[in-house]
Amino acid sequence: MPVVSLTRSQADPRRGPGGDVPGTLSEAFTVESVDGGVVGFVASQLADDARPVLWVQDRLSIMETGAPYLPGMGAPFLRAALSRPDEVLAAMEEGLRCVGLAAVVGEIWGAPPALDFTATRRLAMRAEARGVACWLIRRAAVPDASAARNRWRVASLPSAPHPDDPAAPGDPRWRVELFRSRFAPPGVWMARHDRAANRVDFAAAFPDGVLAEEARTDGRGAGR
Amino acid sequence: MGEAPADDLAVVLAIDGPHGPVIHAANRVARLAGAAEGGRIVDMRALRPDLQVHYADPGGEAALLERLVFWARRWCPWTAADGPRGLILDTTGSDHLFGGEAALLAEMEAQLSLLGFCARLALAPTRGAAWGLARHGRVRAICGAGALADSLAPLPVAALRLEAETLLLLHRLGLKRIGALAGLPRPSLSRRFVGARPEANPLIRLDQALGRLAEPLSCPGETPRLRSLARLSEPTVDPTHFLPALCRELCDRLDAAGQGCRRLRVTVFRTDGETSGVTVALAAPSRDAEHLRRLFDGKLERIDPGFGFDLIALEALAVEPLSPSQARLGGGADKTRAPAQRTDTLPALVQTGDTLSALAQTIDRLSARFGARAITRPVLQASNIPERAEAQVSALAAAPVHAARPDLDRPIRLMTAPEEIRALYALPDGPPAQFVWRRRKLQVLRHAGPERIAPEWWRDRSGARSRDYFKVEVETGQRFWIYREGLHADGRGGDPRWFLHGIFA
Repeated sequence: MPVVSLTRSQADPRRGPGGDVPGTLSEAFTVESVDGGVVGFVASQLADDARPVLWVQDRLSIMETGAPYLPGMGAPFLRAALSRPDEVLAAMEEGLRCVGLAAVVGEIWGAPPALDFTATRRLAMRAEARGVACWLIRRAAVPDASAARNRWRVASLPSAPHPDDPAAPGDPRWRVELFRSRFAPPGVWMARHDRAANRVDFAAAFPDGVLAEEARTDGRGAGR
Repeated sequence: MGEAPADDLAVVLAIDGPHGPVIHAANRVARLAGAAEGGRIVDMRALRPDLQVHYADPGGEAALLERLVFWARRWCPWTAADGPRGLILDTTGSDHLFGGEAALLAEMEAQLSLLGFCARLALAPTRGAAWGLARHGRVRAICGAGALADSLAPLPVAALRLEAETLLLLHRLGLKRIGALAGLPRPSLSRRFVGARPEANPLIRLDQALGRLAEPLSCPGETPRLRSLARLSEPTVDPTHFLPALCRELCDRLDAAGQGCRRLRVTVFRTDGETSGVTVALAAPSRDAEHLRRLFDGKLERIDPGFGFDLIALEALAVEPLSPSQARLGGGADKTRAPAQRTDTLPALVQTGDTLSALAQTIDRLSARFGARAITRPVLQASNIPERAEAQVSALAAAPVHAARPDLDRPIRLMTAPEEIRALYALPDGPPAQFVWRRRKLQVLRHAGPERIAPEWWRDRSGARSRDYFKVEVETGQRFWIYREGLHADGRGGDPRWFLHGIFA
């Protein structure tokens, strides 16, 4: 099974399956609207940097899925708890102007009118001008017109076996689908977050036909 | 304010005295007819049957004077009220902006008369001398430091801010002029008025007026450390276009002083004698004109322009030392470098000067736009209770550092408030088998736990129950952090309740 390993400290994340160019706009959609997997995936894709990450949320995201929790996130970040989606977009643009931030992550619930093609294009241009990575976590939304260079869909999968306790969940695994990208061919992977090494292993989700069927049923089960 | 009476009418303001209304204030015609403050209205009516009497509004006067104190800052940064009818302005260093002391007094009188006030002005090195000269001296008297004793000598002793009984005593002693009082030997005066309060002690008042005794006075509000002004030839209602030049001027002054500002205020001085303004704060000292200007984006609408204003002041209310700007090799100056000592306030975010300064500017802008409480930085706290293990501090504030506990498996998201769920579990304290959350039934396939977290008896109320935390994985693959509050028969309430508290990656 081909496995691509991607650590957060790697200087060139182009080697990852998404071909993540540092400093561009990526969108991550969820299958289940309340799913921690997408947060874990986005957090794992942020470069390991001394500079903080700006994490912006709108009110509905905070109410439905809570706030990022520092003991679980590990790395320091700045939090912006705002109320409306247009405020989130404005704060993200402001953050992308700053060289003191490693990345900007925004969470927007649903598909508000403020989040149109123009808004995403502004974010993408600004992220690429400054070379600051920008992620947009979209929950309870279907992929519509967007200028995001990479568009992902993330769903939680049953976790890896725990090394010590068979009854306990182990390392988290996600079904990661890159369904649109400017830099890399689309694909579906099964990503496993190795928390001890702080590394994400991407394995092809469909090694052969038989497993592909299983994965598809898995994915449907997870996706619903 | 309001409609001023005609100049040839005798008008007095009355307040209630113990034996009927007495005169509170009188206009010039009434004063010439013999009206004096404290005199009876009925006596005055006998002298001038056509006297107009209005009731005074002392509360309104005090409020008006309080607003005038701030409005008078158009001339100098330090102003205070002096009694119920006076203003003190410390014009040290401000007069040259108006073309000298005489021109400054003329400008003040003109501006106040535009508001409808008659003002008597005097300029002197001490508060006491200015008080006396304004009330008993020439029109727009100006007194230098050397001529202080000579200017005060011909004034009546009433110019010393003494109360009525002391004045009466001095008159009985035959001391009518300040010069006569100053000519007396000091020991006899101090013996005569030993232990008296300043307003009853001519010696203390004389020393204060002559500058031999300090007379400290506090100035209401914040006094700006540095400021720049824009005087407009016509009243206007929008300060936006004047702000860039003001910011540049202020930043040049900050640069010359080696300071960066932490708090900044725009004040407009309205033509109707009011002031209005907005204040912004900065996370780190800065003297970057463009950055300062952008902090006011979208905030200038909060200024109430009234019928227009003719003066805009940009004031640095709080400043901190900022190392002098370093010329870049390519020309220009790097004006945004933060001082090295501020990095200790960012224990978790170790920064070099440039990125720290850029970060501080971004935080300033976000805080100015969305409020300081919307932008926070989570820090770890020494507590095992999950919601207390993390505290939100302001983004650039210093915070004590507590070590992380990597051995504990903690979720990546925490609900703002734990959400109650209905769980099926083996009695009395087994793990959950399934639970209902937000009307969805979720089957638990795997679980880790329990991790028991006891209440903090020194902080919690007495009936707080312990929590048993489980990390559970449901059939869709999602992982949650749920807990059972309390135990069966722990004597702290009924059956245990279940809550969902966090979401794992």
